[in-house]
Amino acid sequence: MSNTRPAVAPGFGGLLVRAGVCAYVGALVALPLAALLAEGLGQGVRALWDAVSAPVAAEALRLTLTTAAIMALVNAVMGTATAWVLARYDFPGRGLLSALVDLPFAIPTLVTGVMLVLLFGPQSSLGGWFAAHGFPIAFAAPSIVLALLFITVPFVVRAVEPVLMEQDPAEEEAARTLGASTFTVFWRVLLPPLWPSLLSGTIRSYARALGEFGSIVVVSGNIPHRTLTAPIYVFGEIESGRSEVAAAISVVLLAVALGLTFGARAIERLTGTARA
Amino acid sequence: MVALYLGLVLLLPVSAIVAQAFRAGLGPLLQAFDDPAANHGLQLSFVLAAIAMTANGLLGIAGALVLTRHRFLGRRVLDALVDLPLAVSPVMTGLAFLLLFGRSGWLEPALDATGWKVAFAFPGLVVATLFVTFPFTLREVAYVLEELGTDEEEAAATLGASPWQTFLRVTLPNVRYGLGYGVILTTARSLGEFGAVLVLGGAISGHTQTATTFIYNALEERQEASAYSIALVLALASVVVLAALEWLKRRRRKEL
Repeated sequence: MSNTRPAVAPGFGGLLVRAGVCAYVGALVALPLAALLAEGLGQGVRALWDAVSAPVAAEALRLTLTTAAIMALVNAVMGTATAWVLARYDFPGRGLLSALVDLPFAIPTLVTGVMLVLLFGPQSSLGGWFAAHGFPIAFAAPSIVLALLFITVPFVVRAVEPVLMEQDPAEEEAARTLGASTFTVFWRVLLPPLWPSLLSGTIRSYARALGEFGSIVVVSGNIPHRTLTAPIYVFGEIESGRSEVAAAISVVLLAVALGLTFGARAIERLTGTARA
Repeated sequence: MVALYLGLVLLLPVSAIVAQAFRAGLGPLLQAFDDPAANHGLQLSFVLAAIAMTANGLLGIAGALVLTRHRFLGRRVLDALVDLPLAVSPVMTGLAFLLLFGRSGWLEPALDATGWKVAFAFPGLVVATLFVTFPFTLREVAYVLEELGTDEEEAAATLGASPWQTFLRVTLPNVRYGLGYGVILTTARSLGEFGAVLVLGGAISGHTQTATTFIYNALEERQEASAYSIALVLALASVVVLAALEWLKRRRRKEL
C-alpha cells in the first residue's frame, strides 16, 4: 500500500464503519482460524508431530508438496511464455486467449475435476489409451498435477504480464540487432526485471495448490499412500470424527501456505509490484 | 506453443464436458432438472451467491475505504487478515467453523441457549460462503482506491460536500468497475464453493446440498448422468462470468 494520506480525519461515521469492518473480519475470519489453531496446537507439540508423522499423513503431505512443486515448475515456464505472447504480439484471438487465462477463476474446481474424469477416466478413449500404454492418468498421480495446472494458470501469467507490458520491446530488438541469440536476449534482457513478479506469482500458485480439494477429490481416486493428498486426508479425518488430527495437519499446511504468501507479499512490496 | 499448452491444459478438459453433453443429448439434462434434489441444490447455490454478493459487496467497499483511507493501530493486522481466506483450504475452512459451531464447539453453549443451528444447516452454508468470498470485492475496490488517490475526494470536501455526499457522488462512481469485477468474482466463487459447504453443511439432500455437493454425491452414488448435467450448468454459468469479467476489464481500460 502506498502512502496516500487520509483526506480528512475520519469523523464519527468513519470510526463507526471502521469498528464495523474490524468486528466483521474478527468474527468471520479471525475467530474460526483461532479455533482451528487452538485445536491443532492444543494437544501439544508431541501430538502435532504424531499426527503429521503417521504413515498415511506423512505420505499425503509429501504427495501434496511434490505435486505442487511439479506444477509450480511447469507453471513458471509456461506462465512466463503465455504472458510474453500476450504482451508482445497482437493477433486475431488474442483477446480470447487472454480471457481464457481467467477461466480457472470462473469455473468451480469440482467441475474441473469432473471434466478431467470425463477426459481421462477409464471409460474415455483418451484415458483408456494412456492406461493401456502403462501411464494411467485418472485415479493416479498425474491427474493431480493436471488438476493443479488447470486451477493455477492465471497466477504466473497475471503476475508477470504487467511487468512485460511496461518493458520497452526496443530493448529486446536492440539486443537482437547487436547479435544476441534468442536465448541470450531472454536470459540477459527479458528475465532480469521479471524475477520478482515471476517468483511471487509462482509462490502464490504453489500456496494455492497446497489447499486444493474439489478438483482432486473426484479425479485422483484418493488411494492412501498413492494418490491421497493432504487436504483430502484432512477431509477423511473430519468425517471420521478425529478433528484433532484434522486440525493438526491443517495447522501445518496452513503455516506453510501462510509463510509462502507472506514471502510473496514481501517480494511484491519490496519491488513495488504489489497487486496479484 | 503457448496456444498448444493452454489448449491442452484448459480447453481440452472443457471440450470433454461439452462433448459429453452432446453425446448424451438433451434428454438427461432435462431429466436432471426434474430431480427435486438437483433443483433445490441449484437454487440454494444461487441464493448463497446472492447473499455473499450483497454482504461482501457492502463490507468490501467499507473495508477497502478503511484500509486505504484510514491510518490506525492494527491496520496492518486487518490488512493481513483480509487475505487469509485465500490461503486457507476450503476443507480447513469447514473444519474451523465446525470447531466453533459443531458439537462441543466454542460457541455451542450460546447456540444451545438461543436454539440456533449453524452446522449442518443453512446459516452454516452462509458463513462458509461469506468466509471464502470475503477478499474479492475488498481487494478489487481497494486497488482502485489506491490508484485514484484522494485528490478528487479532497476537492469535494473543500467545496463543502459532506462525507456521505463525497462517497456517493465521487468515490462510488469512481470504483464502479472494480466493484463490479469483485462482485462477479464473489458470485463465481460462491457458486463453485465445494469443500467448505461440504464439511460445514453436510450436503443433506434437499436441505443443505448445494449444486456442487449435489454433483459430488451423485458421482459417489454412480448417478453420472445427473452429475454431468449439473456440472454442465455450472460450467455454462462460468462462461457467463468470464464474459462479464472480460467486458468489465475492457470498459475499465477504456476509461483509464
